[in-house]
Amino acid sequence: MKTKIRHLIAAAAFMLPLGAAVASEGGPALEKAPIDIHDTESLQRGAQLFTNYCLSCHSANAMRYNRLADIGLTEDQIKENLLPPDAKVGDTMSIAMGKKDAKVWLGAAPPDLSVIARSRGADYLYAYLRGFYRDDTRPTGWNNLVFDKVGMPHVFWQWQGDQVLKTVKGEGGHEEHQLELVKAGTMTKLENGKANTVEFDRRMADLTNYLVYMGEPAQVKRHQIGYVVLMFLGLLLLPLAYFLKKEYWKDIH
Amino acid sequence: MSKGQSILNWIDERFPLSSTMKAHITEYYAPKNFNFWYFFGSLAMLVLVIQIVTGIFLTMNYKPDAATAFLSVEYIMRDVAGGWIIRYMHSTGASMFFIVVYLHMFRGLIYGSYKQPRELIWVFGTLIFLCLMAEAFMGYLLPWGQMSFWGAQVIVNLFGSIPVIGPDLSVWIRGDYVVSDATLNRFFALHVIAVPLVLLALVVAHLVALHEVGSNNPDGVEIKKNKDPKTGIPLDGIPFHPYYTVKDVLGVAVFLIVFSAIVFFMPEMGGFFLEHPNFDPADPLKTPPHIAPVWYFTPFYAILRAIPSFLGTQVWGVLGMGAAVVLIAFLPWLDKSPVKSIRYRGPKFKFMLVLFIIAFIGLGILGAMPSTNTRTVIAQILSAIYFAFFLGMPIYTKNDVGSEPVPSRVTETNAKRQLRFLVLVAVTVVGAALFAMNV
Repeated sequence: MKTKIRHLIAAAAFMLPLGAAVASEGGPALEKAPIDIHDTESLQRGAQLFTNYCLSCHSANAMRYNRLADIGLTEDQIKENLLPPDAKVGDTMSIAMGKKDAKVWLGAAPPDLSVIARSRGADYLYAYLRGFYRDDTRPTGWNNLVFDKVGMPHVFWQWQGDQVLKTVKGEGGHEEHQLELVKAGTMTKLENGKANTVEFDRRMADLTNYLVYMGEPAQVKRHQIGYVVLMFLGLLLLPLAYFLKKEYWKDIH
Repeated sequence: MSKGQSILNWIDERFPLSSTMKAHITEYYAPKNFNFWYFFGSLAMLVLVIQIVTGIFLTMNYKPDAATAFLSVEYIMRDVAGGWIIRYMHSTGASMFFIVVYLHMFRGLIYGSYKQPRELIWVFGTLIFLCLMAEAFMGYLLPWGQMSFWGAQVIVNLFGSIPVIGPDLSVWIRGDYVVSDATLNRFFALHVIAVPLVLLALVVAHLVALHEVGSNNPDGVEIKKNKDPKTGIPLDGIPFHPYYTVKDVLGVAVFLIVFSAIVFFMPEMGGFFLEHPNFDPADPLKTPPHIAPVWYFTPFYAILRAIPSFLGTQVWGVLGMGAAVVLIAFLPWLDKSPVKSIRYRGPKFKFMLVLFIIAFIGLGILGAMPSTNTRTVIAQILSAIYFAFFLGMPIYTKNDVGSEPVPSRVTETNAKRQLRFLVLVAVTVVGAALFAMNV
């Protein structure tokens, strides 16, 4: 028993430096995106943002408009508010711009966003959407803190205003990059040199939330079914199998 | 005679139904002292069935075409009724197959199940493992994501390092100069038809061979040596059905809980079962910064990377990786120990086994991470240990017996000893993993 406890303590001691190692790898640690996949109002606002602002250059070829019933929208609401005039409600969120044209016009074809949240993660998207800053060396005049030399211009610049990149000396003397808001937009405020970005951040959280939902529309249902399956297995099959085995094996010594 | 009996007689005169059932199930006598480690054979069968059944339904909707493959998987996830369950069961099943098979192989290792007279069972098993690797590798190309594409590119290019025929060979495998639609089509055919057929045939051979000689057990005692003189039934044997069928159902229940927890709550398993970059469609013009194989290949991939190229060729790494797999098949002839089970072996084998676990787990972690100079050196040391475990076996297992003699009959399961062993294995695994993660 004593050795066992000693083993466990050794294992726990090993684990301490692990957290530090994970955090130090792969660039700056990203802020956790404040999203909730069960918040249908946030998802609906995100869907609106997505169809209005993203869905002219980016497609979501795996996502059908009528799938938005998942997040509490009726077919009529989808038709009135989200559907382009020439599309049917069962269509996928495709765009008219072809990949070849996009490459000529924009330098690189904007990626399809159907499963972007699954390849990049919510925290990255949230940081990306809020990470644009003024950079005159770029053709668009914009760069991004988490995606250097990004080809996409800052779509929400009127909302967010202008950010600039500042390099500060961080802990231990190494350089850290930070963004500073220098000109307020319609959804941000500068009060005595302090930036208030609550409203803009909330919008970007809504959009991130929607992208996470769109990455796997079945995820809420997946959890619901999962609980039922685990209850069946844990409360019914497992005890049944246990007592069956015990009953059959009672005469084996 | 009852109606059922007469139907059975009619069949038995034409087909060996009753005798087959008896030989393999109702009158197959298995040792009564099977422990925890003996669940994984039947669980491997269960996962095989899960993979075949879900695979059939996936092929009904999947399109093996470079232009549509990626989206067809997403249509399965969204538009096919229950499609996401089927797909997640298949993707989770692939990883669980390797977990179960690795544990099954480890069981064989600790109890000497490969030793005489069970050499062929072990050889068939190794071939199953090889098939499984081929099956998993080709299946991983089908979603046509970035990791599918670049993983296949890297692995097929390995064949290109073989002197003289290499470059032509890799073109022949791909059917093109790069991984392309042609590659996707043939991998689909091999994944869905060719390899599963071989796999099933090998599973049958594995079981037929097992039932011919009988199962080994944690004591490594041959139960057929002590038979009831009247009935001819081994004294320590119990019929597989109903005893082990009900016991295996218990194992299945526990397994399904773990399996479902993954399928329904963490199908990506933090990027290990479904890698994040694989949600980007394959792009032949954009090489990902870090190409990592799926976790179950990482120990062998680490060996590949650890071996440097010399004499102007990189083929040594490929040969090393191949040898790491092939050597497993030769265990029955490398192990010279007079006893089978770890319970009655001496300290040398136990020491080497602990080193082997550290090497295998450490290599697995290192193979998943980008290489640095330190990691390469550690991987080289661990690779050396891996090979030393096999190649040194004829030396260190010779006359390596413990203080306790092998009993003539099987012993009762000692719960305390078993728990101690499981804790030791778990601590070794976790310790090795944490060490490798932090170098």
